[in-house]
Amino acid sequence: MFTLEKRPSPSQFWIWATPVLAVALTMLAGGGLFALLGKNPVDAIRTIFWDPLFGEFAFYLRGQLLVKAGPLILIAVGLSLGFRAGIWNIGAEGQYIMGAIFGAGVGLAMFPTESRWIFPVMIVAGAFGGWLWAMIPAILKTRFNTNEILVSLMLVYVAQTILSKAATGFLRNPEGMGFPGSRNFSSFPAARNTDLIAGSGMHWGVVAAFITVIAAYVLLQRHILGFQIKLAGQAPRAARFAGVAPTRLVVMCLGISGALAGLAGMFEVTGPAGQVTIDFASGYGFTAIIVAFLGRLNPLGILLAGLVMALTYVGGEMASTNLGLPSAAIQAFQGMLLFFLLAVDLLSNYRIRFLKGRAV
Amino acid sequence: MDLSSINPAVLIASLMVAAVPIMLAAIGELVVEKSGVLNLGVEGMMIIGAICGFITAVETGSPFLGFIGGAVGAAVLSLIFALLTQVLQANQVATGLALTLFGLGLSSLMGQGYVGIKPPATGMVPFGPLADIPVLGRVLFRHDPMVYISIGIIAAVWATLKFTRMGLIIRAVGESHDAAHALGYKVTRIRVLAILFGGAMAGLGGAYLSLIRVPQWTDGVTAGAGWIALAIVVFASWRPWRVLIGAYLFGGISVLQLNLQVANVPIPPEYLSMSPYVITIIVLVIMSSGRGRAALNAPAALGQNFHAAR
Repeated sequence: MFTLEKRPSPSQFWIWATPVLAVALTMLAGGGLFALLGKNPVDAIRTIFWDPLFGEFAFYLRGQLLVKAGPLILIAVGLSLGFRAGIWNIGAEGQYIMGAIFGAGVGLAMFPTESRWIFPVMIVAGAFGGWLWAMIPAILKTRFNTNEILVSLMLVYVAQTILSKAATGFLRNPEGMGFPGSRNFSSFPAARNTDLIAGSGMHWGVVAAFITVIAAYVLLQRHILGFQIKLAGQAPRAARFAGVAPTRLVVMCLGISGALAGLAGMFEVTGPAGQVTIDFASGYGFTAIIVAFLGRLNPLGILLAGLVMALTYVGGEMASTNLGLPSAAIQAFQGMLLFFLLAVDLLSNYRIRFLKGRAV
Repeated sequence: MDLSSINPAVLIASLMVAAVPIMLAAIGELVVEKSGVLNLGVEGMMIIGAICGFITAVETGSPFLGFIGGAVGAAVLSLIFALLTQVLQANQVATGLALTLFGLGLSSLMGQGYVGIKPPATGMVPFGPLADIPVLGRVLFRHDPMVYISIGIIAAVWATLKFTRMGLIIRAVGESHDAAHALGYKVTRIRVLAILFGGAMAGLGGAYLSLIRVPQWTDGVTAGAGWIALAIVVFASWRPWRVLIGAYLFGGISVLQLNLQVANVPIPPEYLSMSPYVITIIVLVIMSSGRGRAALNAPAALGQNFHAAR
């Protein structure tokens, strides 16, 4: 048998090696899952992880990679700040939806005005929408000590009903013959979030994601708030003695993550999605939780993790058209990745000691 | 608007049915939390229970085996949670979320061939002439067995936690794992068993959704019921009978809002369908604010991992 021995401080080697190990283990277990579904596991894994980067259609799919990674990184960086401080915002999906509704709503209100100021105002509105939605759990947490996990999650379902009301009611395209869904942003240049270089997938959301990664890195390394976040997560008692106000931390962490999720939603709805529809939100808010952990709650790590996770989306779509792999298999695959991550995380905090023939 | 179409007896009878899934999942989670473990994967375990129960019932033609299948399937999933948090010392919040994300994906994968099929019907418990009593018969004696079994489970959990040695040990482990460990109790083993029980109950609740309440398989059939069950545990301030009250309250709200939609009440249906979630939040706020007792009654070691140094 073996016993676990706690390391005095986490192993620097394993902190960076565990995500790689987890991805490798997920590929193995995922291959097993795909084999059970009657697909060739090697083919499936190659289609998901290799073809989008180096395959026949890579020139197109690499752009798609950025399109998928942008919102994931944007949301995950925000979430990671809270997760580090032990503040669990798991309702990013709801904040993402509200950001999209606010951003798109402001834009559509000005249709068909053409002005270069419309898009910046929409960006602010999107961030505001997500921030507002995150302030509900934040204020309930600080004022009434309500569990932010449950409240933020419940608000996802509320946001989804508001979204369906928006798509069929107050944001519906007046010229859409009564079909659900808003006016399409592709016919509204001033409010459209296009590729900055045509065909590259590089839209404003991706730019915002890169900026956010750098800003979060600086915040965590150089700013007092970043220090307080890390302190509150690692030693809550010490943080209180050091004068960290828990209320302020909750409001800041939830506010930042909400605003970033709202931004992601706004960029998505005006760019890749194109219009407000009932089902435009595709679970990025939940997948971003996996991205945050895969990136070890570190902004630079999240950048890489977002790209890896985008790979599973893009490759998963490829696998579903080429190999007939069900899209739900990819969702299960992503969930599996989080399991393996959490499991191998043991290696960075504990040493495994094997005992020979001695009873434990 | 036609409120007269709402028959109170039918309403109460259907709220008892609507309450069963969340009641089962919540009472399971209550035992898990009493042992000091916070399993946020209830939603994932419920939906795995829903699809496993559905597949078993459709393939065997027996709803009874379906419920067993649902409970076993969800318990197997909860075993992953137990392995990760109890053996591999993973963070309980993150692992619970992983369980939910994985469960949602896996269930929709498993359920692909089962969309649009009707499950075998579960009969009512034959109470004979009792079922014909005018109002009371409709409310109390015309239900499927699970309605009564779920109430029985609540009573059993209450009695076990309150009166038996096993209940005392579970509570001790949840209040202070170090003290329980020093007394010689197997903290990890007790917690793993509690997690398995919680998984089985969530699975039963899920199977009830897909076999009786809905009854068919659709992706995401649980629609947040697992999260509401988690909220009900807080609402109940970790007391079994209050789980029953909470579940009937939320069952009542979800049935009532459907009835109001049918009766064409001049409130947009979207706002009515978000009401169970909004009310859950309001109730959580009331229960956890200063005067509420939830915070005081929570098991002291809730959510903390236990690693025996010796």
